Amino acid sequence: MIPEIGHFALILALSLALCQGVLPLIGAHRNDAAMMAVGRTAANGQFFFVAFAFGCLVWAFVQSDFSVAYVANHSQLSLPTVYKVSAVWGAHEGSLLMWVLILSMWTVAVGHFSRNLPDSFAARVLGVLGLLSTGFLLFTLLTSNPFERLSPAPTDGGDLNPLLQDPGLAIHPPLLYAGYVGFSVAFAFAIAAMISGNLDRNWAKWTRPWTTVAWLFLTVGIALGSWWAYYELGWGGWWFWDPVENASFMPWLIGTALIHSLAVTERRGLFKSWTLLLAIAAFSLSLLGTFLVRSGILVSVHAFATDPTRGFFILTFLGIVILSALVLYAWRAPSMDSTAGFRPLSRETFLLLNNVLLVIAATLVFLGTLAPLVVEVLDAGKISVGAPWFEVAFAIPMLPLVFLMGLGMHTAWRSQPAEPWIRMLRLPAIVAVVVGILIPGLFYGRFGLLVSIGVIAAIWVVATSLIQPIRSWRSGVRLTPAVLGMSIAHLGVGLFVLGVTTVSAFSIETDRALRPGESIEIGDYRYEMRELRDVDGPNYFAREAIVEIRRGGEFVGEVRPQKRQYLVQKSWMTEAGINVGWNRDLFVALGDQIGSDVWSVRVQYKPMIRFIWLGALVMALGGLIAVSDRRYRVASRVEDRVKGTVPETA
Amino acid sequence: MKPRRQRMLAVGLALAGVAIAAGLTLRAFQDNMMFFIEISDVIAGEYPKERNFRIGGLVVEGSVERAEGSLDMAFLVTDTRCDLAVMYSGVLPDLFREGQGVVAHGRMNDDVFVADRILAKHDENYMAPEVAESLAKHVQDETTHLQEGPGPAECVSQ
Repeated sequence: MIPEIGHFALILALSLALCQGVLPLIGAHRNDAAMMAVGRTAANGQFFFVAFAFGCLVWAFVQSDFSVAYVANHSQLSLPTVYKVSAVWGAHEGSLLMWVLILSMWTVAVGHFSRNLPDSFAARVLGVLGLLSTGFLLFTLLTSNPFERLSPAPTDGGDLNPLLQDPGLAIHPPLLYAGYVGFSVAFAFAIAAMISGNLDRNWAKWTRPWTTVAWLFLTVGIALGSWWAYYELGWGGWWFWDPVENASFMPWLIGTALIHSLAVTERRGLFKSWTLLLAIAAFSLSLLGTFLVRSGILVSVHAFATDPTRGFFILTFLGIVILSALVLYAWRAPSMDSTAGFRPLSRETFLLLNNVLLVIAATLVFLGTLAPLVVEVLDAGKISVGAPWFEVAFAIPMLPLVFLMGLGMHTAWRSQPAEPWIRMLRLPAIVAVVVGILIPGLFYGRFGLLVSIGVIAAIWVVATSLIQPIRSWRSGVRLTPAVLGMSIAHLGVGLFVLGVTTVSAFSIETDRALRPGESIEIGDYRYEMRELRDVDGPNYFAREAIVEIRRGGEFVGEVRPQKRQYLVQKSWMTEAGINVGWNRDLFVALGDQIGSDVWSVRVQYKPMIRFIWLGALVMALGGLIAVSDRRYRVASRVEDRVKGTVPETA
Repeated sequence: MKPRRQRMLAVGLALAGVAIAAGLTLRAFQDNMMFFIEISDVIAGEYPKERNFRIGGLVVEGSVERAEGSLDMAFLVTDTRCDLAVMYSGVLPDLFREGQGVVAHGRMNDDVFVADRILAKHDENYMAPEVAESLAKHVQDETTHLQEGPGPAECVSQ
């Protein structure tokens, strides 16, 4: 009964989404206040019913109602309750429902915080979000109904993929989706602005905090996914350039470009049409990501839903969304040019370079991800593009970007006099070069051109990001949250670059055969396998090795890597043993039993790997601080009336 | 800067960037693009020489050999028509099983495929599409033979 109620709630949500998608748009066109007012109410109602349906699905999982096909396929009686709940979004149907839920949450938030926007504008934004929601609810109901019954009901379920039985992966999809879906708000703002034909600076000011919040969710989501891959996939890599990873990374790159371009549009009224295009692109890439993941079209470890009808539906939806957005853009964008100017040495120039480089990076990732597909469609064979290609291609635009970042942060709008600028940046530059050349040699005993370039870049960004916070601390003049947020986010980039450079240059990895009592030495560390034993978990049994790590005779720690066999699916899983330190991880994973008492073992030394995720979290923190800036909260109605209706001329 | 020049600068930069990136990309593609070659084609000698490529198929039951306590191992991979000997040294992915699908990266050395990577799949129900296709093709060959016409293509070596 409960699943049917959930199904019914989804249908009601669809009707409300349709109301929300159509009536406010018509209302805004006819200037009919009553019709415009439908938007918020419908959005709230839609959220209620989607949340209700979601609750029904959670209930079905917690109660282990195996008469629901989705539950029967992805849960199991002995599964711990936490994972019964997270199993809701562990596969296609449920994660789609979660997508819709998060979209309706964003919509309710937009409805709530848009009360000080002009009515017609808010109505159009809610209308566009309603149309998007309609598309996704239709997709759910027509192709991927999570409430479908199974008859006869099995006595026990098929279990959740053991890889997904992990706290990191329980919260990774919600965060990632919050980011993906969040770009729909920037998209809706862009469409609303284009429909009204009134694209002034206020539009950028309203869009900025939403974009930043979506971006910070996406940042944390991607970082969490990378961390999960590192410890759970068992082999110590943190980024594989897998199509599904790329699918989340492309919107991130474009979203980052969008944040920067919005800054120019807000402060200077420039780059308007470009900003619009980025807003459209960020959301389109989120949709494309959904298509790539859900259609199973690419060779990918994540491609768990292989169903052409679903792929076809998303592709059609994607086509309609992108095409109508671009048609609108082609119609409206030419009338939005601004006549303001700027000097070559100005913040505008650096933000322009930022955008160009980020878009190039996203384009290259896009090419590498889709090349296998294109080649196959052209019948020219079956290829795959490996990680080495992505690493080189990605570094080409990113390296200059990182160096320019330190310069751009300290450049004034319009025009920056060269002399004080050079004086300010001289010290960080010297520090970066000296440290960059010395660190690799002093700490890791090896010099190298590429390593030094990477470390110099990292230290340069860290040093230049700290200039303003240090000055403010010394002088006692508080920074605005916007400036502080920017400094911290850039600091995060520096930490990230430091982590990536060190891990790629100085990691040590070796595969070895090992029996109890034997040891391996890598770097300064000695790993001794003390004992092999059997361990029983709630829904698996495991073979566990106890490995003691010493450095120069001194005890460092003990790790317990496991090889687990999950009882229901009979599948094997590697659970790595990791000794975590702020400046290095020591990583041990069990391979296979290759003799009576002998196991193949992979042992790794990963210097500074924590800085990769730390850097990402610091970036997100910077975003969080930036959105707390007062100016986003005090957009008064009067100000909007005055500014909003007069076309930008300055 | 005047808007005209501004726009020229923007377009110029973008074009230059894309051109450089595209050039380097094409170069890098040459080395990092890996073709998937069906086992039958490998056996017939139709594979890129002196270059890495990918193969895939089923691990033949009972073919996995390993010296006691050593990381070195050998096994046969089949597309149901031809079998190919594969050598590998290192830790295997969790889902490597006899009778299951596998994908390997590496190159030919005499008649043996020396793999430097064996690919892990996260889900045992999931098989890489190119492997599934390659297998399906040969199974189809055999069914058509049962009904009429020429027999299943024999494995032809070079």
